[in-house]
Amino acid sequence: MRQGRYPFIVGFLAAPVLLYVVFVVSPYIQAFYIALTDWKGISANPRFIGLENFARLLDDEVFWAAVRHHGVLLLVMPLVTIVIALFFSFLLNLSGGQRGGRMTGIRGSKVYRVIFFMPQVLAVAIVGVLFQAIYSPERVGVVNGLLDKIGVEPVGWLIDPDLALWTIISVMVWQAVGFYVVLFSAGMSSIPKDVFEAAALDGAGRFTLFFKITIPLLWDTMQVAWVYLGIAAFDAFALVQVLSVDRGGPDNATTVLPMEIWRTAFNFSKFGYASAMGVALFFMTITFAALTLRVTRRERIEF
Amino acid sequence: MSNSVGTPGDITRRQLLRRIGMSALIVGPGAGLLSACATGGGAAPSAGTSAAPSAGGAISAKNPFGVAADAPLEVVIFKGGLGDGYATEVHEPLYKKTFAQAQVKHVATQQIAQTLQPRFAGGDVPDVIANSGTDLMDNGALQQEGQLLELTELWDAPSIDDPNKKVRDLVAPGTVESGLLAGKPYLMNYVFSAYGLWYDSALFEKNGWTPPKTFEEFKAFAEKAKAAGVTPFAYAGKNAAYYAYWMILISAAKIEGNQILLDVDNLVDGVWQRDAMKQSAAAWAEIAKYMDKSFEGLIHTAVQLRQNQGKVALYPSGSWLENEQKSQTPEGFKYALAPTPSVTAADKMPYEAIRAAAGEAYIVPAKAKNPKGGLEYLRIMLSKEGARGFTEKSGNITVVTGAADGLELSPGNASLSAAQTAAGQNVVTFSSFENWYKEFETELRKQTNALMFGRISGDEFCEKMQKAADKTKADSSITKQTRTV
Repeated sequence: MRQGRYPFIVGFLAAPVLLYVVFVVSPYIQAFYIALTDWKGISANPRFIGLENFARLLDDEVFWAAVRHHGVLLLVMPLVTIVIALFFSFLLNLSGGQRGGRMTGIRGSKVYRVIFFMPQVLAVAIVGVLFQAIYSPERVGVVNGLLDKIGVEPVGWLIDPDLALWTIISVMVWQAVGFYVVLFSAGMSSIPKDVFEAAALDGAGRFTLFFKITIPLLWDTMQVAWVYLGIAAFDAFALVQVLSVDRGGPDNATTVLPMEIWRTAFNFSKFGYASAMGVALFFMTITFAALTLRVTRRERIEF
Repeated sequence: MSNSVGTPGDITRRQLLRRIGMSALIVGPGAGLLSACATGGGAAPSAGTSAAPSAGGAISAKNPFGVAADAPLEVVIFKGGLGDGYATEVHEPLYKKTFAQAQVKHVATQQIAQTLQPRFAGGDVPDVIANSGTDLMDNGALQQEGQLLELTELWDAPSIDDPNKKVRDLVAPGTVESGLLAGKPYLMNYVFSAYGLWYDSALFEKNGWTPPKTFEEFKAFAEKAKAAGVTPFAYAGKNAAYYAYWMILISAAKIEGNQILLDVDNLVDGVWQRDAMKQSAAAWAEIAKYMDKSFEGLIHTAVQLRQNQGKVALYPSGSWLENEQKSQTPEGFKYALAPTPSVTAADKMPYEAIRAAAGEAYIVPAKAKNPKGGLEYLRIMLSKEGARGFTEKSGNITVVTGAADGLELSPGNASLSAAQTAAGQNVVTFSSFENWYKEFETELRKQTNALMFGRISGDEFCEKMQKAADKTKADSSITKQTRTV
């Protein structure tokens, strides 16, 4: 059968690769070209202007505000999400001590797993609308209503420029945690039990089990989680669109690059400039992913 | 400008990508998939069908543009506060009456730009567009790209009601001028709107309140309203900051005269730093202090609903408000219009002056398949019958003079016509920068919220806006426009 292998593989791969080239690669390449033009998006005669759009980006304060926000998102969102998800998955899988010679989670962990996964199934637009009510600035908002009961004045979750971005980050974390709980749970269940048993016999407590055994053995999974969450930190478009004041406000406090790309293209009719932002975003994302994979590379642990 | 700020559109990233992808996939006939480029869609409207104005229609008194009787017509309507019944039940049937063989295709959308931008890029455009709403297309950019049909022919055509008069003679003064781009008429602004402070006259009567005539009175009134548990003045910061900047601009015009608004549009150096602008900004910021901070996070319909519930006294908006709130307005609530209060005793314009202007732009794409039909459609809209039907269906008055005579006026429209009579010749002019310079307009929205919710002072507001105006002026990628009237 060896001689028929290549035609077989090529035959099966041709269609998906072609689709990928047409629908993914070619728009990407076009975006790079459009970024070098002054295309307004409403006729077919873009003028080539070289790197002018990129020069303009350098002193565009809204662009830099958005970049700063991605920096904050990148530092905070993946870290908080991973810490919470690790904690929960440890509770669900390994914290219940031993029963019948195997590690178990806390009581009812199957139910919790379903509950944690719920936000993942909701469309992001629905999550946005949900949190509009939760973080509503009025006295009758869900959170402010509770605060009101204990005599705290309403908080401007989404309208205070110092708070708004953190509020949106909290929504992103809420939505992401469930998925990573499931991911880490799968990782933990693939760790051989006898490793834990041996450690437990040697008198390791939960703390030691977690930091000395679980984390090192989950490293690969966490690396993947970090890259995914990092890429998600370059997005946040839908939530900002739905939740923020005037799409990215107040005072540019919550704007993100996809939001500005969208506004520049569809409101200002500057498709060339918007593409330049898109290209900048592309390089940021690629750089981040490459750096993460290099920096966090470790010896694989075979088990 | 737009009479219903759609709620922030729930466009998702996926939709956005899909749309960009769509524009990348508009393929001219016979072009291979990969050579179809986002920008190389169709320079020429699709080959095959003759894109040139369909030959055929003979020019006659009844058919001044020479529309081909059987040419199909596509109408795209922004379905917001005005609905789209006026098109499907009035204008389109009227068009069918004249051209029985014509297929009229009706498209209603809440997102004009997202619906039509790819079509413009691909050269497949409709014949008439109601370009309105939060996501309207940038008329300035359309005009610069040669995508808009000049409407001089329409304004000079004989009107349907009186063939001896031109269409332009039967519309409110300033209508044609409000639709100028690069000095030529490209937009048919159809809806006549008056802007000011709207209130419930029944509530005011019950409390023995009268709308304030000066800002001194405004403050006294605000105290009274607050004591009665009513927010004296409020607007929605989340998506309708422009309702507030309209008031700031109107007040500035009342202090200094209309020249200041012309100068704002013309990006005249230092216009935002003038005394009139500073006084106006400071005066409104003072009143805004009575507004709860939470209003910055609400959308326009939420604030309008509170007014219907008697929790907000004065609300800045245009005359479409009454119709927009129809389903929420309780029995006994009577909309009324008050002019903005005088800022100083030396104001150039009297208290009675209001801003009244033609708005809601209707356009005919230059590369439409049936542009003559588009012009004819607009001419039908501008007939007495078309305008009257519009008012009946949408509750809004049009620019066609006398078209609404004899219609029973709602409280809001009755109050509007009284306000107009009181204003006489003292009309605050419209602003064109909202259509010309979208980026500048976005900045103005941001800074208006910052001013009105107490993060910056009036002077800082003026300084920041002057900077933004200077930046727009210096930006070579933005085509500048000017106006003289």
